[in-house]
Amino acid sequence: MYRYDSYDQAMVDARVEEFRDQARRRLEGKLTEDQFKPLRLMNGLYLQLHAYMLRVAIPYGTLDSRQMLMLADIAEKYDRGYGHFTTRQNIQYNWIKLEDAADILADLATVEMHAIQTSGNCIRNISSDHFAGAAADEVVDPRPYAELMRQWSSFHPEFTYLPRKFKIAVIASEKDRAAMRLHDIGVRIVKRDGEIGAQFYAGGGMGRTPMIAPLIRDFVPIDQFITYAEACLRVYNRYGRRDNKYKARIKILVHELGAAEYIRQVEEEFAHLLSVGVEPPREELARIAAHFADPAFVDGPKTLDRSDPDFALWVDRNTHRHKHDAYVSAVISLKPAGGIPGDATAEQMRVVAKLAKDYSFDELRVMHTQNLLLPHVAIRDLHAVWSALDAAGLGAPNMDTIEDIIACPGLDYCSLANARSIPLAQRISERFAETGRTEVVGELKLKISGCINACGHHHAGHIGILGVDKKGTENYQLSLGGSEAEDVSLAKITGPGFDEDGVIAAVEKVTDVYLAARTEGERFLDTYRRIGMEPFKEALYGQ
Amino acid sequence: MGNDLGQSPDEVQFRFRDDEPVDHAAVTVDSCCDQTNATAVRIEPGDDARVLLPFLDRLALVEVNFPVFGDGRGYSSARILREAGYTGELRAVGAVLIDQLSHMRRCGFDSFAPDKRLDEEDAARAFATWENVYQRAADARATIADKRHEA
Repeated sequence: MYRYDSYDQAMVDARVEEFRDQARRRLEGKLTEDQFKPLRLMNGLYLQLHAYMLRVAIPYGTLDSRQMLMLADIAEKYDRGYGHFTTRQNIQYNWIKLEDAADILADLATVEMHAIQTSGNCIRNISSDHFAGAAADEVVDPRPYAELMRQWSSFHPEFTYLPRKFKIAVIASEKDRAAMRLHDIGVRIVKRDGEIGAQFYAGGGMGRTPMIAPLIRDFVPIDQFITYAEACLRVYNRYGRRDNKYKARIKILVHELGAAEYIRQVEEEFAHLLSVGVEPPREELARIAAHFADPAFVDGPKTLDRSDPDFALWVDRNTHRHKHDAYVSAVISLKPAGGIPGDATAEQMRVVAKLAKDYSFDELRVMHTQNLLLPHVAIRDLHAVWSALDAAGLGAPNMDTIEDIIACPGLDYCSLANARSIPLAQRISERFAETGRTEVVGELKLKISGCINACGHHHAGHIGILGVDKKGTENYQLSLGGSEAEDVSLAKITGPGFDEDGVIAAVEKVTDVYLAARTEGERFLDTYRRIGMEPFKEALYGQ
Repeated sequence: MGNDLGQSPDEVQFRFRDDEPVDHAAVTVDSCCDQTNATAVRIEPGDDARVLLPFLDRLALVEVNFPVFGDGRGYSSARILREAGYTGELRAVGAVLIDQLSHMRRCGFDSFAPDKRLDEEDAARAFATWENVYQRAADARATIADKRHEA
């Protein structure tokens, strides 16, 4: 994985000192809270309902054991002994004191980590495929391209006060495991006639106006990659709406101009920037890519002893095919039935760090589904890994099942929320685990947001739940048919909302409809797409 | 005199140029395009800086106004002018804050007229924040990547 050189380290160190100085000027009254706010946001500090929240960047979701151990230490030293992994492959701490923030950033800098641009109206942490470098189906490892973008987007002088936040995802396979087309810019690295290039999508997003990003360029030669991104951003910075924060994301610009006109403007700017010359030297990509060379895989057994049914179930559910046939990628579920999606205790982080060191070439991933991943586990070690995970409460065999719920922090933490998300996720996963339905239903992605901002990705859920405030009480709208994957689609609302008990019953009812209607091999989403909304509506609202 | 937006040179707090400052007020972009003798112009966030490109030869001062510090369009305006070869004074005016100085400098601004005077020591530190930089920009500094691959 990528290692800082003295330049990268100096940039992060300089940022820590800059933030210390900003905090000092705030305390001395030289900065108003209004002026300080964007500065603290660009260092990941949000003011939530009860305390400050600090969001730490995990670039493209990749980290090593040393970094995970630091995250555990920070959880204990500055928070309440746990952290929350997010849908953009970051971690956030919910109980931070402002006066500790600079010290935390300094601690992070000792392990090549930071909270730079994890918030604010700037280019955010670049996310990627959690199976990058391990997946059998990728064209190349997308992370060198993401790292090139990380450096380009860090402290970008022109794009620090954009109309609104800007999220980029980079993948390199047909399968989309990063919700790429629901990002402001989605990039797919492709190979055409032996040449590597980048396919660009722009103007996707969730929030109150969900949009799927249209393709804006099928192939950008890789030695013009950063130049093209710069052109996309410049057009957005100049013409994105600034009169209304709810219409300020690039998706609105692309929608209002039309994709064709946005493309025309980007191409014009791109041609201009090519003449200016903003691309990093070609050798830089090669230098970065060398950091992502394959670890020393060794041949080994390709089959395993499946006599323990619990182990066999976990293997079937939570492992993913690796490009080397003696290895798999193993998902560490942070979704125990009845648990808080994405939360991990410091102790669990340490268990995971040790497993990464012992069994996965010292590498870990954060998944956008709020789980963790050991990317390279030898099949011969799989039972030992599972046993250790199981003992630490991390062995839930539920990847991509209805228990694998994405949920935002909701009204338990967030000052924007209208309704609680976490307790609902806990009750649903508990209910399906108890009734044994999880396994019967199979793949079913359920996503819960506590308000219209859609941090819980409800628009992209096979089943989505949106919490709203209805005359002072929490009410939940159900939607069906969304997907964040390569078959991307936006979910449609079923009809009137439900109270908390009602929405849990409603989720059970729609799974009843699915089980009764499904044909061989159909997932919930496939059945929904085949039979449409009506049978589900009938079950939910019919007489 | 509706086009006279006023800004006498002594309100400039930081200036990184040796030439004499322009001693008359800037006009709006529209007026600049109509008047063949205007040498100083002020760009508002909604103005298209490229409209000025035919007139760059006669301009000695371009002010870019930041009515609010969170509106970042002026950063693009500045770079566009520098990329087009403008070598006159490029002045950031209005809600210019300490923590924006280094980025503005990179985008090509070489003078600063903040509407509230900034602490000199804080500003000096801000201008010097980044010993190295990741991106190519209007200041033509060699980037970190350039330095990594220097022969």
